[in-house]
This record gives sequence, C-alpha cells and structure tokens, in this order.
Amino acid sequence: MRERLVVVGNGMAAHRLLERLHARAPGRWAITVLGAEPRANYNRILLSAVLAGEKSADAIMESDAAWFAERGIAFHASCRVARIDRDRRVVIDADGIETPYDRLVLATGSDPILLPLPGANLPGVLTFRDLADVDRLLAASRTARRAVVIGGGLLGLEAAFGLRRRGLEVTVVHLMGHLMERQLDADASTYLRHALERLGIAFALSANTAAIEGDAHVSGVRLRDGPTLPADLVVMAVGVRPNAALAREAGLAVGRGVIVDDTLATSDPAIVALGECAEHRGQTYGLVAPAWEQAAILARHLAGEPARYPGSIVGTNLKVAGVSVFSAGVIEAAAGDDDLLYVDPADALYRRVILRDDKIVGAILVGDSSDGGWLFDLMREGRPVGALREAVALGRDLARAAA
Amino acid sequence: MRIAETVRTTCPYCGVGCGIWATPDGAGGARIAGDPKHPANLGRLCSKGSALGETLGMEGRLLAPEVDGRATGWDEALEHVARRFTQLIERHGPDSIGFYVSGQLLTEDYYVANKLLKGFIGSRHLDTNSRLCMASSVAGHRRAFGSDTVPGIYEDLEQADLVVLTGSNLAWCHPVLFQRIVAAREKRPELTVVVIDPRRTATCDIADLHLPLAAGSDVALFNGLLLALDAAGATARDWAAAHASGLDAALSAARVSTPDIAAVAVLTGLSAALLRRFYDLFARTERVVTVYSQGVNQSSAGTDKVNAIINAHLLTGRIGRPGMGPFSVTGQPNAMGGREVGALSNQLAAHMTYDDPRHIDRVRRFWQAPRIATSAGHKAVDFFRAVEAGEIKAVWVMATNPAASLPDAARVVRALKAAELLVVSEFVRDTDTARHAHVRLPAMAWGEKSGTVTNSERRISRQRGFLPAPGLARPDWWMVSEIGRRMGFVEAFAYSGPADIFREHAALSAFENDGRRDFDIGAMAAIGDADYDAMTPFLWPWRRGDAEPTRRLFADGGFFTADRRARLVPLTPRPPRNAPDPDYPLSLNTGRYRDQWHTMTRTGRAPRLANHLPEPLLALNPADAARLRIRDGGLARVESRWGHATLRARITTDQPAGTCFAPMHWTAVLSATARVNETVNPETDPLSGQPELKATPVRVTPVAVGWEGFLLSRRPLELSGFGYWVAVRGEDHWRYEIAGAEAPSHAWARISALGAAMASSAEWLQYRDPGIGRFRAAAIISGHVEFAAFVARDADGLPAREWLSTLCRRRPITAEERRSLLGGRAPGQAVDQGPLICSCHTVGRSVIEAAIADGCATTTTIGERTKAGTNCGSCLPELRAMLAATRLAAE
Repeated sequence: MRERLVVVGNGMAAHRLLERLHARAPGRWAITVLGAEPRANYNRILLSAVLAGEKSADAIMESDAAWFAERGIAFHASCRVARIDRDRRVVIDADGIETPYDRLVLATGSDPILLPLPGANLPGVLTFRDLADVDRLLAASRTARRAVVIGGGLLGLEAAFGLRRRGLEVTVVHLMGHLMERQLDADASTYLRHALERLGIAFALSANTAAIEGDAHVSGVRLRDGPTLPADLVVMAVGVRPNAALAREAGLAVGRGVIVDDTLATSDPAIVALGECAEHRGQTYGLVAPAWEQAAILARHLAGEPARYPGSIVGTNLKVAGVSVFSAGVIEAAAGDDDLLYVDPADALYRRVILRDDKIVGAILVGDSSDGGWLFDLMREGRPVGALREAVALGRDLARAAA
Repeated sequence: MRIAETVRTTCPYCGVGCGIWATPDGAGGARIAGDPKHPANLGRLCSKGSALGETLGMEGRLLAPEVDGRATGWDEALEHVARRFTQLIERHGPDSIGFYVSGQLLTEDYYVANKLLKGFIGSRHLDTNSRLCMASSVAGHRRAFGSDTVPGIYEDLEQADLVVLTGSNLAWCHPVLFQRIVAAREKRPELTVVVIDPRRTATCDIADLHLPLAAGSDVALFNGLLLALDAAGATARDWAAAHASGLDAALSAARVSTPDIAAVAVLTGLSAALLRRFYDLFARTERVVTVYSQGVNQSSAGTDKVNAIINAHLLTGRIGRPGMGPFSVTGQPNAMGGREVGALSNQLAAHMTYDDPRHIDRVRRFWQAPRIATSAGHKAVDFFRAVEAGEIKAVWVMATNPAASLPDAARVVRALKAAELLVVSEFVRDTDTARHAHVRLPAMAWGEKSGTVTNSERRISRQRGFLPAPGLARPDWWMVSEIGRRMGFVEAFAYSGPADIFREHAALSAFENDGRRDFDIGAMAAIGDADYDAMTPFLWPWRRGDAEPTRRLFADGGFFTADRRARLVPLTPRPPRNAPDPDYPLSLNTGRYRDQWHTMTRTGRAPRLANHLPEPLLALNPADAARLRIRDGGLARVESRWGHATLRARITTDQPAGTCFAPMHWTAVLSATARVNETVNPETDPLSGQPELKATPVRVTPVAVGWEGFLLSRRPLELSGFGYWVAVRGEDHWRYEIAGAEAPSHAWARISALGAAMASSAEWLQYRDPGIGRFRAAAIISGHVEFAAFVARDADGLPAREWLSTLCRRRPITAEERRSLLGGRAPGQAVDQGPLICSCHTVGRSVIEAAIADGCATTTTIGERTKAGTNCGSCLPELRAMLAATRLAAE
C-alpha cells in the first residue's frame, strides 16, 4: 500500500508542490489535500486584479475538482484542521474528522495582522488576504465613498489601487516615512508614490493610527498627532504573521514560523513545512518565489531524491497598483559599494543597482521592471558585472546592442 | 507670391572661385547648386560649397551698429568713427589710422577702402589678411615677372602631362581643382601627379610620387631640380636668351648650395633615388604645371620658394603655354581682387607700387587725391606691433579675424586692446577680434552683398545678393564711403553702387597703361549698370579695344620688367627661422581641414560640416607619441616660446617624426584652448612679410584629464572655467566636447549647475555611477531635448555622438528614444554610423565599411550602394584610402 501524504493548506506553495511532485513521481504517494477556503487553489498575487476589476475571480483559479481528480488527489475544501496528533499520525479537522498520514505537509500560509485599535471590530473594517476578503471589499465598495487603507506595504497599496479603480477616494496611512520600506529605498518609494498620486491616491506618511472611529459603522480613522480622516471603509493591511498555530499546539519547534531544516523537515521528521508558515535558518518569507523554490526542493525530496534548500535570495517583481516594481537584495549601499542610479522622473522610472566587488547585491526598479529577472539572475549567480555595467544601470537593451 | 528666382553668384570660400546657383526658399534660406556654366567649376561644388545653404541663418548676426557695446543707428556710429579719425589725424597725423582688411571683401569694397585710406586719409597702413595667404606669391611674381601675374589658367591642370602639387593639400583646400585633375586623369591616365608635402595628405591619394620633404627645404629641392634640368638638357636656351635673364647666376647659386643630388638629399631628407625619379620625370615632361599654395607661401623663405619654382619653369621655357607654368592658388575668394586694387601695404593701387614715383603721381591724379601715401606701410605682423606700440592708434578691421589668424595671436589681442579706437565691420557679432571692438558695424554677408571677385586664374566673376540684408546690415563699400563723406571727401565717395565703383576701378587699371601694366580691364571701364548686373565671368587682362581677354601670359615673353625680360633669381636655401632645439624639439605645422574654412565664422554654422572632423586634432607620429607618452585621443599641450594650445592628439604615420600638425580654424569663440596661432612664431619672410605659419619649434606634453565628456544644448553655453572645450555645430543644437583635470564628480556638480540654469523647468533624466565616474543627464521640455550632458573618467565611458545628435533636432522624441537617451544608442539599433565621411549625403564610416565588406571594390560601386562620394567628391580620397586599406588587409 502507498504511503499517505497529507497536505494542510491549499495555497500557492501547496499547489506548486503538488504540481512538481506529480511531475516527478506520479502516484508515488496517496495524497490528501485539506484546504480551509471553500474553493480550490487560486493565484493569490492576482487578488488585487480582481479587486480592481481587471480580472474575475474565476480567471485567477489555478485548479478545480477535476484538476485534483486527474491526478488522483483527494481534495477537501472548507476543511479547517483543528489539530495534529503526532503520536497517532493523524490530523483532526474542525468537524472531528481524522485524516491519517505517513508524511504531513504544513502549508498553512500566513494571516493578516490586526492592530488592536479601538474600533477595530467596527463593521466596515476589513482585511485583504483572500478571495473572501475581496468579496467583502467589493460589496463594501458599492456603497462606500471614502476608504482609508492602513499600511503602505505591498498589500495595502494593492488594496488602495483596487478601491481607487472602483471609484473610491482612497487615503493610505503608513507608519513609516516611505512606502514599501522593506523593498524600496526612500527615492524609489517616492517615485512609486508619485505614480500612485497621479492615479488619485492620497497618502499620510509617518502617520500613526490612534483609533478607528464610528458608532454602528466605521466613520473615520483618527491619527495620533493629526486629523481624523473620514472613511466609510477601512482596510487593515499592516502585514502578515506566519500561521504556525497548528504546529505550535502540536509541540513542534516554532519561532516566528514553523522551524524547518534544509530538507524542509520540522522538528518531527514525519512533518514538513513550506511557504509563508515556515521559518528556515531564522528567515520567514512573505513572497511567492521562495515558496516555489521550497516547493521544488520538497517535491524532489518526496520523490525520493536528495535535495537541500539553501534559503532564497529574495527578489520581488510585481506590479504594485499598476506600477511595475522590482526589488532584490540590499536596499542601501554600504561603504565601498558602488551605487548605480538611473531616473526619469516624468516617466516615473527609477532604477538603482548596488554592486559589491563588481557583483550585484541589490537592485530596485520602479516603473519598468522588465529587466528584473535578468538582474536577479546576475545577482543570484554572483557573476561579475564587468562590461555589462552600463546595461545593468541603463537597460539590458544596451547589452544586446553592444553584443 | 513671387516665385523665387535662381541667382548666379560665386562661392565665398577658397580661391577656386566656383560659380553657384542660389535659389532662395522664401524663408531666409536658399537651395545651392554648382553653376554648370562657370568656367572654374563647371557645375562641381565641394563639401563646403554644397553646405552653404546651412550657413545662412540669423544666429549670431550683428544687426545694428554698436558704439561701446550700445546699439546705435548708422548716423551716430558713422559720425563717431569719422570724428575720431579726424581728431586722431589732427593730433597724430594720417599714419595713426590703419585698416586691416580681408580677402573676403568684394573688389568694390576693397577698392573704396584702399582709396579712402591711401588717397584721402593719406595713411600708409592698409594691409590685408591676404598677407597670410599669398604675399610671398605676389613678391615672387613681381621679382620674376615684374608684375603680380598668374600666367596660366585652370585648363592647364587638365592639359598638363605632369602636375606637381607642392605645399598644397589640394584635395581638402581646393577640392574642385583636385576633382578636375582626377577627372582629367581618368580620361588620360598618362597624366602624372607628384605631391611634395612633409605630410601624407589626402592629396597623396592620387600621387604617383610623394616627396615627404623636410619642412622648409623647398628651395634646396628646386635648386636641385634646376641643376638636374640643366644637366638633362632641358634648358630652353633660345627662349631664355630672348625672354629671361639671370639663368647662369641662378644655376651658379644652386651649385653652391646643392652641388649634387646627395646634397639635396641631406637638406630635404629625401632619398637620392626618389629625387632622381622626380627630376627625371620633370626633365622629360614638357607639359608641367607646378601648383603651389600655403605650404610654399607661409614661410620665412616663402618668396625664395616661389622663385625657386618659377626658376625651373623659366629655365625650361615652360610658361604661359597650354599645360605649362607655375600656378599659385589662393586661399581666399578674393585675394586676387585685393591684389588688383592694390590693397596691400606695399602696393598702391591697380598693380602700381610705391617703387615708382610716376605711379604715385598717376594714382594721385586719377583719384584727385588730396593727401596720398607715398611709401609702403606696415605688413600684417608689424601692423599690429605698431598698434601695440601706439604708432597706429585707430584700426578698422573689415571681414577678418586677426586675433585668431595671425601668429603670436595673444600679442595681437594685446594690440587690439591697446588701440584707442577699434572698429570692426563684420556679419557676426562675436569673433575673437570683435570682442575688443569699440565700434561694431553690421556688414552684409555672402548672399546679401553684391560685387565682383577674382579667382586664382585671374577670372573676375560676379557675387550677387539673393537674400535681403537683415536689420541694419550694409555693404562695406557703403560704410567706407559714408565715413569718407563725413570726413569731408564728398565728391570722391559719392558712389551709387558697386557698378559705379567697378567702372572707376576698371578705368584706373587702364589709366595711362599702354600695355606696361599687366592688370588692365579697360574693356570694362564704361560698363553700364545693366551689363554689370548681367556680367559673365571673364579673365584679365582685357584691354580696351581687345575683342576678348588674354588667356595666358608670357609664352612669348612680354614680361612687365623694364626690359620686358623675366628674372631667374639666384637662391640659397634657408631653413625655417627658428630651428627645433632640446627645449622645443618638434616642428609645428598648421593648416586646414576639408570641411572648415578659415576661422569658421561661416562653415562653423553648418552642422553637416562639423561632422568630418568635429574637434581640432594635433597630429603626431607614433614614434614621437610613444616617447612623449601621448595616446591617441588623449589631450596634448603644444607649447612654443610664444604661446600654447591644448588639443586632442591624433597618432598617425601620415605625420612625419619630429613634426606635428594642427588646424588653424578654431578660435576662442569655439574653443577653450585650440587657438593654435597663439603658439605660432611671428617670423616673416623679409620680402613678402608673410608669416612663417608652418614651422614653429614646440614641445608637446600629455595633459592628464580627470574626466571627459560632451554636452548637447539647444542654446550656446558659456563654458569659461572649464579646462578644455570645443564647440561643435549640430542641427538645431550645439555640442561641446569637454574635459578637465578634476574628478568626474566635481565636474558633474558644475555641469549640473550649468544645466539647471539652462533648463530649470525641465524633466531631468539622470544616470550616475560614481564608482567609475560616470554621470549623464538630459533635460526634456515638452518632449524636446533641451540639454544633455555625458561625463566619464575617459572617452571609453562616453557613447557615440551621432545618434544623440539626431535627438536634438527640433522635434519631440519618442518614448523609446527617451528610454534609450542616456544609454546613447538608438533603440534596437546596434550599428552607429560612425564618423562622417560623406558630408553631402551624410554617410558615416561604418556604412561605407559595411559596403566594402559586402563587396564594393570601387568608389563607383560604393557610391551606387551608399551615395557616398556622388555629389561633390570631396570624400573620394577617403573612400579610396578605405578601399586601399581593405586591400592591404586582405593581402
């Protein structure tokens, strides 16, 4: 009899793992997938496109019941796992149904952080994390006129963009002095902000939210040392937290996320974890690329091949609210680094590459990120830039022309 | 609307004097084409002439008189000048006034200026920039012929079996004559060409024999030739006995200095074998024309060089017959016209001189001159020394730029500053000379003014205006006449127009002439205004009563000496006045580029002409460059005892070891440090007064630069304070090649401030990579590139200029172009055209190389493929050189 592989979670990491495992060793495992959401897997990156009305919810689905059936995978939607019984090697869901495993994959992702603000529970205060959130936001946007998004990170900006496209007046409140401070330096962030301002989005930076106001429904956001921003919709998008509750309760080693080794095994060899819920070498990731790299490694592992995960060099290549943004590696140059810059303010083009010993250690692109992949490859491979130096700063087309 | 009519005129550049058809476009410009009926060019034009339409714009024009920098009307300015002249004459005498005039003046302007100063003010001091061009030819002609006569005509170049080009880069400096020789050779391959020039120039492209003689050794070479001709039995004993004297003395003198070919070899640095080939060729070829130009004239032994050449033609009697004779070609469009009116300080008027008191009396009577000058005045170099010393107190400079063109130019600037009154009549406001003017008078430019010019073959042609004069611009003859009238000479300067002046000029040439003076255009003395307007080109002399002009002179003697015999002159070779020494070990030669003319006041306005050689280059032999640690494209300081200049170095085997070469075109208006004449020694020929512009001892040292760059700007920039810069005219913009000693980041801070001031409201594209010193920025206003700057540690860090220049035209750039701008390369296009070769069709080197690589093996097939070389043909030597280089590489 085949060994049983149970996957808790049906997000992008889980989906990629199933794809890869099926490609490498079809039928090797008897697989069961338990997903908390009431639907099969979808591309979470495109949630903002759904919110903005650029895509329908159906268009971002990546799998359906047939997809699982074709691959002989048992799939249970709306199945929220309540706990793990490691001794008996079963997972128990909210309805008390037990699913036995020989190997368990935790792919539980992350949860939005909710600030414990006065009024945070008022109707009209929403998060932006999954399709259900999108449904709620869309419903609210039909009547709301003014929205405040708390959080100027990627998710917050995408929510702001989507709501703006739905016709709302949108203000983004951000605690830090510049947007996306984990991915962008201050100048790049300013370029991004200008691009978003041109779309009609307003910003309150270095702004601390004191309270969410309202009686029966949210009516505004009060800033500490500042005005109250009127709002009939508030989106809280201040970050995510790895969803490690199951693992913690099961007694697995947990830091910020579920601690895994280079084979993605947790402290229990029968249990592995990947994606945003996992913590590897002290690092948790909030982006899809590391999750996919982990999925590829884990798939090989589960196919019986040796494979080790060394950690990911993080590169962000996305469209933030319609503006292309790429960010990888360090954000600020250290002493002795070479700091290359190209800007075209009117076209909101910003391009910064940081070299250390002639190798790329950081890159930020705003406005046009089409070279992001190329720069990211150069950076990951640690290749000296050499004659490509001008092209690295000004555009890959130069390198092509010179060739 | 009136349909614009085509006007027949002549080119304002070199002494070939090509006919041009100009068709105004109704918007201030004109379409330019070669006049197929003009005998000088028969429809051909060179790259400079073809681009004349690009030089007609109003940028930089002087549009109103200025007194002490304040715009005035004509009355005030003329009154001011007339009053000051009068006061100075009263206080210091007539010789306190001097005119420094120009071979760019029309004959009528020249005539009136000469008449006012020498005949009515009574000053001796009128000299011309032609002093720098052909004064040695004048002196040599007069010594040999008794008159300043060019014996032959251009057809002789085609009818000769041997053309000797000495001291002449004809391919670049007189391209249409060069093309005529090339065309003749295609018909008659036996036409042999010898080039005598220290440098391997583009003219060598058609040379069967190139003699790279040591600078200044021409007299030794031609003395050797004289002896070789005599030894070979080429002496025309009978002819010489009848028409020449001094033959034996000339041979004896030659025997002393150059007794044999070995002695010539030592003095010239040429091998005996090469000398023998040249001498044999010359001896056995009856039809020989020896063409010479600045390489001969601009020398402290210039007159002797001219006579050395003429000696050889007199010895053999090869003069004044078809395909034979010495042939001086002048650098200026109307140097000959100036000689004809006598506008040189050692001539009086109409080929009459101070040497003969009867001449002075005759001119005085003709002019009814109240106060005629009776002895020669200062020649150009001494003229400005006299200004500096306060002897000449008021100077009127017409249509020329002595602050840039005279040797020891810094001293000339000091003289201009010392003048009590400096009047400059010019068509542009800013020149190196006009910067110091107290009074600026706006002159009509080419295309506006009307009159006559004489080319190098004695052919008088009309220059005709085809554009209205802008602002208050007036012809020079009008200004001079007005001043004359205001000084009280009302009758003598009551001219109604150029035809009026021309009639008087023609009448003076024939006045009491009786065939004793070569210059006589008496046939024209009564020409009516309508006939003057319709005048077709004609040769002189054309004496009253003759059915047609004399085409050639001296075939049967008839020289203008007292005994009507020509003189052979005994000559002793003299090296250049200043010899290289351990402190200044190299010899600096100066000269011209193909697509520029003089100090670039006109050619510098044509973007097309800026592309061939955008920057002045100091040519150095590789051996010298290696020793001096100067690299190709690096900056080099060339320094003499008189001054210095800093230029970009060009390392080439075309330049002989021990020598270097720099162009004379760039001025302080167009460059920081490229006014080469500051470096040149102010030595002159003792007879002609012509400066030795082609041999100055110098030392050359590398100039370390911290950064190199270039700027593109819609408007002219003020770049004083930057160590090195050269302005390059582009289409709708200026480009500045620029470099300096400081670190790139420091330079960038200054350039950024400059740019911000230029285009404060712009969108600024920026690129910076301080780690390797690379900085770039561009200012865009409404989609137009207003300003762009590129800075790097060295030239390798800078993109090619060609594509970027096209972005600066008056049009919005596309999004793709904007994205590619700071990269400096056209979107999706890897091949840059490279340096411009064909100016007419704007074909770059890369395109031609591609055509050659693709199998084009002749200039004809290259022309069919790329159009290069199919218009003016000025670039054909370069095309041939590229073909030859390819063949060489293949072997």
